Amino acid sequence: METKIVDARGYSCPQPVLMTKKALEGLSSGRAEVLVDTVTSRENVMRYGEHAGWSASFEENDGGYNVILTK
Amino acid sequence: MNRIMVSKNGPVIAGLVFGVIAAFLVKLGNPGNMGFCVACFTRDIAGALGLHRAAVVQYLRPEIPGFILGSFISALIFSEYKPRGGSSPMVRLGLGFFAMIGALVFLGCPWRAYLRLAGGDLNSLAGIAGLAVGVGVGVAFLYKGFSLGAARQNPKAAGLVMPLLAVAILALLFLKPLFGTEGTGPVFFSLKGPGSMHAPILASLAAGLAVGWLAQRSRFCTVGAIRDLIMVKDAHLFKGIAAFIVAAFAANLALGQFHPGFENQPVAHTMQLWNFLGMVLSGLAFTLAGGCPGRMLIMSGEGDSDAGVFVMGMLLGAAFAHNFSLASSGTGIGAYGAPATLVGLVFCLVVGWLFRNRI
Repeated sequence: METKIVDARGYSCPQPVLMTKKALEGLSSGRAEVLVDTVTSRENVMRYGEHAGWSASFEENDGGYNVILTK
Repeated sequence: MNRIMVSKNGPVIAGLVFGVIAAFLVKLGNPGNMGFCVACFTRDIAGALGLHRAAVVQYLRPEIPGFILGSFISALIFSEYKPRGGSSPMVRLGLGFFAMIGALVFLGCPWRAYLRLAGGDLNSLAGIAGLAVGVGVGVAFLYKGFSLGAARQNPKAAGLVMPLLAVAILALLFLKPLFGTEGTGPVFFSLKGPGSMHAPILASLAAGLAVGWLAQRSRFCTVGAIRDLIMVKDAHLFKGIAAFIVAAFAANLALGQFHPGFENQPVAHTMQLWNFLGMVLSGLAFTLAGGCPGRMLIMSGEGDSDAGVFVMGMLLGAAFAHNFSLASSGTGIGAYGAPATLVGLVFCLVVGWLFRNRI
């Protein structure tokens, strides 16, 4: 399964959410990974993903986080 | 406690606590409907430091350094202290500057707009409507791809500037140095007017620290609340604002501080067009910068230099607002408040337009 990567590192809220929204648009299923560097961005992206019907989890990665969205 | 604050109920609990604290700060001496006002308090600090010489609005409000330090301590404890910066700092300075001009034309930041409503000041409705419109215009730019660019991680020490500045403000408040050339200053304290009205220092400081802590944990944001509701139909933060207003309203009723009406409201004027437009400007500037002024203080405590630069812009804006007769008073808008608001709107619209499609 192809993974869509969104690199939102360096951006603060609401940009990571908007970038995620744009990436997920038109996708009915699949897997996306959103790279963020603050806990706030991680929480916001996960909340947005769940709100949009995706299941969300995260992994720590080099001081930041990879939010993994699957549907 | 921490688990609750970072849960989906965090903003609601924070809002309830903030509303009650705000009402009590007024009871303890803060000006009417001004338990918290990031704009007014920053303006008072600018005056106390002699950056403007409006004698009635000069006081080193401990709530502001309290916000920064509460957030800083919380961020350190929960490993969220992450110095970062470099996302168009000068533009952020300008946004902070004009956000402050708009707020001082209305006479309050978004926090105080809600607190004015909770105290019965119906002039706030024009301001809150303006705030929603300003945020809406900001969201339209965000949809167009507006971004001030990515920030970079900074060395650990880079995030210490704002917390140290907060400590310096508190030190000046307690030491009250007097060595100015005219026998007064360099720190000024109002003898009359809103600047002379304040809760006891330790009560204000404790309130500021508590709010800084809880806002850092819950991400409480008075502008993000409206933005997220419009942009992604997410009411997570908005519930916090609703709780804030309800709690402040209930506490005001209980304390005999609810006085509904338009006339004779504390630190407010009845020129509704400018109440509206002032907050359109503020709402737009805050949305382009990424959050309300309280949130900017909180983020600056987490080590975000871009938020710190925005706060410096607000301080600068406050100084100019009084030195150039841009700020309103209880009698109405300042002599040059109207053109300054329009210039600010043009500035924000140009920024919104020029920085689109970056992501």
